[in-house]
Amino acid sequence: MTQPLRLAHAAGHEKNKWGDYDRMPDPSAILNAVVAGVLLGGFYAAVALGIAIAFGMLDIPNLSHPAFVVMGAFATWVLNSTFGIDPIVAGLLMTGPFFILGVLLYRLYHTCFESRGEAPLQGLAFFFGILFITEVVLVLTAGADYRSVQADYIGVSLNLGSLTLPFRMLVPFVVSIAMLFALQQFLTRSFTGRAILAVSQDKLALQLMGVSPTRIKALAFGISIATAAVAGSLLIIIQPVEPSIGRDFIGRAFAAVVLGGMGSFWGMLIASIILGITESIVSDMWNPSWAPAIAFGFLLPTLAFRSGGLLGRKL
Amino acid sequence: MSNLRFWACGLLLVLTGWLLGRLVSNEYAFFAGYSVLQYILLATAWNILGGYAGYVNFGTAAFFALGAYVSVALNKMYALPLPVLIVAGGVASGLVGLLMGSLTLKLRGVFFSIATLALAIVSQAVITNWEYVGGASGAYVLRPRMGPLGGSYIEYLFYTMLVMAVAAVALARTIERSKVGYGLSAIRDDELAAEASGVPTLKLKLLATVASGTLMGMAGAPLPFYVAYLDPPSAFNLAYAVNTIAMPLVGGTGTWIGPVLGAILLTVVQETAMVTISSAANLLIVGLLMVGFITLAPNGIVGMVRSLREGRK
Repeated sequence: MTQPLRLAHAAGHEKNKWGDYDRMPDPSAILNAVVAGVLLGGFYAAVALGIAIAFGMLDIPNLSHPAFVVMGAFATWVLNSTFGIDPIVAGLLMTGPFFILGVLLYRLYHTCFESRGEAPLQGLAFFFGILFITEVVLVLTAGADYRSVQADYIGVSLNLGSLTLPFRMLVPFVVSIAMLFALQQFLTRSFTGRAILAVSQDKLALQLMGVSPTRIKALAFGISIATAAVAGSLLIIIQPVEPSIGRDFIGRAFAAVVLGGMGSFWGMLIASIILGITESIVSDMWNPSWAPAIAFGFLLPTLAFRSGGLLGRKL
Repeated sequence: MSNLRFWACGLLLVLTGWLLGRLVSNEYAFFAGYSVLQYILLATAWNILGGYAGYVNFGTAAFFALGAYVSVALNKMYALPLPVLIVAGGVASGLVGLLMGSLTLKLRGVFFSIATLALAIVSQAVITNWEYVGGASGAYVLRPRMGPLGGSYIEYLFYTMLVMAVAAVALARTIERSKVGYGLSAIRDDELAAEASGVPTLKLKLLATVASGTLMGMAGAPLPFYVAYLDPPSAFNLAYAVNTIAMPLVGGTGTWIGPVLGAILLTVVQETAMVTISSAANLLIVGLLMVGFITLAPNGIVGMVRSLREGRK
């Protein structure tokens, strides 16, 4: 017969979880949590933007996107620590190489999976493998340590009455919204942008107009990976980064895209902000270790009951 | 392989394993053997849904760790024998599979996959906050010295896993050759056409998800005794998910033998790489092999052997 197990708790953090939070939360704490959540959500939108393009518009389930965000963060770290380049500038500089990387990755995906007809199983496993390989390569080249960047605005806050806005959250928020706005303008105004929108709606019609859908998709996928470079620089401004951190964002980013409605940028932004606010409040008032689970709490009911999301087409 | 031959082989394998076990005195052989068998079981379980129906489950770690933690919790409460814990772990994971499946299987497969990915994250958060089973700091499990059948406890764990692995492969093979299996492959090839020709797609997908989840939970239940110390980061290790997907893809997804071949090959490669290179490199090898196989040989080793045979004719 098996003997009884003996369980031991190593660390003694037996403090009553509720004891501290029994009192009424003070309103300025709630306001601060909500504002912090909005800023956090703005950053989530930068991560989710690439997935909104790749998955929402091109139907490419790029699970490895967060790994490219982390790769962007490490590239920013290298540029910042060796040349002293500002993290945001570094992120923008990296968009070029990342764009090319994205185009190449799409070419590979297209030749191996898309052109062979529908192969969702292999395609998903392919991107999962890329996620994993990127992570291990980062560990092998840059080490498994946490890295961070230097900039004048990191560690400084803007104080508005009882409201505290740290610049390390405010700057990413502004950059993220700017990037979202710029891409939205590009997609609706320029010829190429409209072709990208067209390829997400009707591939055949685009072909009949004499535009190659594969070329347009490669371009769009390149753009989606390029946004990961910027998102990576924002990530490393917000918090120190280590290679496996990307996984935490897969659930969040896909939840934001699905909740927002596939292919809708503004829906995705709203969803990201809702996600950010909820996470911030739960972390502040309850326990930060629950934060990663919140995305799932949004994702599952959305998939089950409202698959069109907030502002999107039905799946 | 005919039915009779398959069952005879399976029975023979269990008996040889047992006899060999009686002869071996080196404990390491049991540890290594257990690890191979555990992956055969996990890969076979994954393949029932992933290989036959084409629905990719990224949440192996969730089902597997749930089995392990149910077994930790139940053992703390009642000190039950291992087979009971295995059944309990299987039931718990099967129920989670049923719930997940009924919420997400109506949509395209990719949404199911994303939901399973998120499931792994959320269940890790739940376990991390569950103080009864050790929470974030982990649980120490006292492994009994002797197994109930004589011999060391690790030897007993090895036999248990051997029986489960053989049974799972037999189950997968039975499913593959039954009406259910044909229905599942119809779903994989063209779900719309399958639905139109009267295949009860949702019911079959749910069945496959529950079967697959149950087997994964059963695979996890003996884990606490095997590792003796279990904490969330190791129970939910991404390596489980990657390996479980890589093994059927490398071996070949359409048949029961594929995951078995893949599991043996990849575990041997990893054990070798762990000793000769480093543990980070061995994960890289798995990732590269997986991506290499799906891009260059989508039907895995089984497919390569098949095309070689056909070429010779």
